[in-house]
Amino acid sequence: MTVTQTGPVPDQAGHFGDYGGRLAPEALMSALEELTAAYESAKADPAFGAELDALLRDYAGRPTPLTEVPRFAARAGGCRVFLKREDLAHTGSHKINNVLGQALLTKRMGKTRIIAETGAGQHGVATATAAALLGLDCVIYMGEEDTRRQALNVARMRMLGAEVVPVTIGSKTLKDAINETFRDWVASVQTTHYCIGSVMGPHPFPTMVRDFQRVIGVEARAQIQDRIGRLPDAVIACVGGGSNAIGAFHAFIGDESVRLIGCEAGGEGLETGRHSATLAGGSPGVIHGMRTYLLQDPEGQTLPTHSISAGLDYPGVGPEHAWLHDTGRAEYRAITDVQAMAAFDALCRTEGIIPAIESAHALAGALQVGPELGPDAVLLVNLSGRGDKDVDIAARWFGHLGAEQAQDSQEAR
Amino acid sequence: MTDAATGAGRISEVFARSAAERRAALIGYLPAGFPTVDGAIEAARAMAAGGADLIEIGLPYSDPLMDGPVIQEAVHQALTRGAHVTDVLRTVTAVAETGVPALVMTYWNPIDHYGVESFAADLAAAGGSGLITPDLTPEEAGPWLGAAAKHDLDPVFLVAPSSSDERIALITSACRGFVYAASVMGITGARQSVGAAAAGLVARVRQHTDLPVAVGLGVSTGVQAAEVAGFADGVIVGSAFVRCLLDAGDDRSAGLAAISALTADLAAGVRAASR
Repeated sequence: MTVTQTGPVPDQAGHFGDYGGRLAPEALMSALEELTAAYESAKADPAFGAELDALLRDYAGRPTPLTEVPRFAARAGGCRVFLKREDLAHTGSHKINNVLGQALLTKRMGKTRIIAETGAGQHGVATATAAALLGLDCVIYMGEEDTRRQALNVARMRMLGAEVVPVTIGSKTLKDAINETFRDWVASVQTTHYCIGSVMGPHPFPTMVRDFQRVIGVEARAQIQDRIGRLPDAVIACVGGGSNAIGAFHAFIGDESVRLIGCEAGGEGLETGRHSATLAGGSPGVIHGMRTYLLQDPEGQTLPTHSISAGLDYPGVGPEHAWLHDTGRAEYRAITDVQAMAAFDALCRTEGIIPAIESAHALAGALQVGPELGPDAVLLVNLSGRGDKDVDIAARWFGHLGAEQAQDSQEAR
Repeated sequence: MTDAATGAGRISEVFARSAAERRAALIGYLPAGFPTVDGAIEAARAMAAGGADLIEIGLPYSDPLMDGPVIQEAVHQALTRGAHVTDVLRTVTAVAETGVPALVMTYWNPIDHYGVESFAADLAAAGGSGLITPDLTPEEAGPWLGAAAKHDLDPVFLVAPSSSDERIALITSACRGFVYAASVMGITGARQSVGAAAAGLVARVRQHTDLPVAVGLGVSTGVQAAEVAGFADGVIVGSAFVRCLLDAGDDRSAGLAAISALTADLAAGVRAASR
């Protein structure tokens, strides 16, 4: 079964050191207790594990391949680079791993409706997909700004039968979509499950989502040993909330020789203040039901964030990352928009793979880490999603649209 | 500011007095800094003059995930105009000077960031009587409970219709002053009916504590206040007051007149119930 826990486990109340916990409204406490109990019971139930494993294999397409990318690696100091191909999972990203688990839990709890927040739209698409598959009503909250940036994913969710609600309050991005989903959940919790899309939120979400995503690293660890007979020197992943990174890292936490490197969205540069690099530029506090690092002003108000990647545009980070950061087991670096787009371009042209812009931050990390470690190094990069949704943004970034098309594109927005 | 009674004493006295008058206490909420810092102070004074027994001053926060559109909008405007924690404390002082005890209602991160001990000291120095924490439950409140006891502030936690009896026991044992009972499952904002769940919840809370129980969420009229006053010790009204100021826009005197009229209607309501 794919959801067993190993390695560092949070305490009974979901604390990773000082981080995590359950700092949430009382109205949600009974639902969080119910979910914790349902998840513990499901974890111990071989039938649940078998059902999830079958869906992951026969529906989502697991295991995803491990692809060596030598032409890309030539730009990373000549080391060897392997990509864990979550972009090839059904719906185009790792998000499906978590969503299938939570959707099965929703049915197990006897709930009939599933709600979720989404930033880039990948989690919303995955949730809408699982809802269609399992016959659940589905509502997706998405910041109005993001519905414009990711119009294609809005259409995909609606095709799948989900209702997409644009959120018009606050910064109109992911954090406001999360607020609005919590507001729905407080009023609908008897019939509704909130399918949180990352390793964030109140306990048990950070642990549960971690366990559902852990399959990434479990597969990759076996695949790379099978391929080259040893562990990689570093595992590299992008970090917004941090679910693909935790999924990639977790199976390697006990392997002391393996560096775990998270790549946050450095936006226009840390010095400009226009970024989403929570661990590099933030401080501990409380947001969305958890204690973690967040980007906040001197009075504890959440700061506006920026990233070219809607999926990384979040002022908090999963509490297990905060803990891995403080303990030094994982290291985090900020990748700017420019660096991410250069890596995006490099992978497209050298390997014929269009990555999600989120994942391009991890690729940019590899372009830095490769030369640091030298030509004997082996890097494992989690390619968390594919870039189809980002074609419009990338085309405009690189000037691939003719003047006339660019005009159409502007008008379409 | 009065030195005659400590924070804890002041809130208990309010409920003792309203109980002696065989009525429920009226508790009003306004966020600091809306429409301006001084405008909020004037509105709170109008509430106090009109018969509010306790006043909650909201600390504007960027991510108010338990609030509906009315309070979201007011808080957003307050933050856009640069409301600070010092403005909240100044508003608390102004309310306390009227003789009506003031509590702060706040999401947890601004307090966590300010420093729990520092905030408790400064709130007590400003004349505040307590703190209501909608996204902090007793399990995570250890440092705050210590600071509250040290500075003689009342910690007020919420119970919800979904709270188990075990949780109600835990929460009521950590509360002082009163227990805040959320009338419905949902966010702040006026509702057509306050919900049968509220009376049942109050009855369940009374099995665990002798503290007064005040009901909030959804109450906007004197008729609703009378209904809630029939089974609760306090009636909490927030969004309806904020709506008075939002609807008045730049017409400050109209906003204050609306606050006074609503306070009078609600004050009559809490006295109309048969108890």
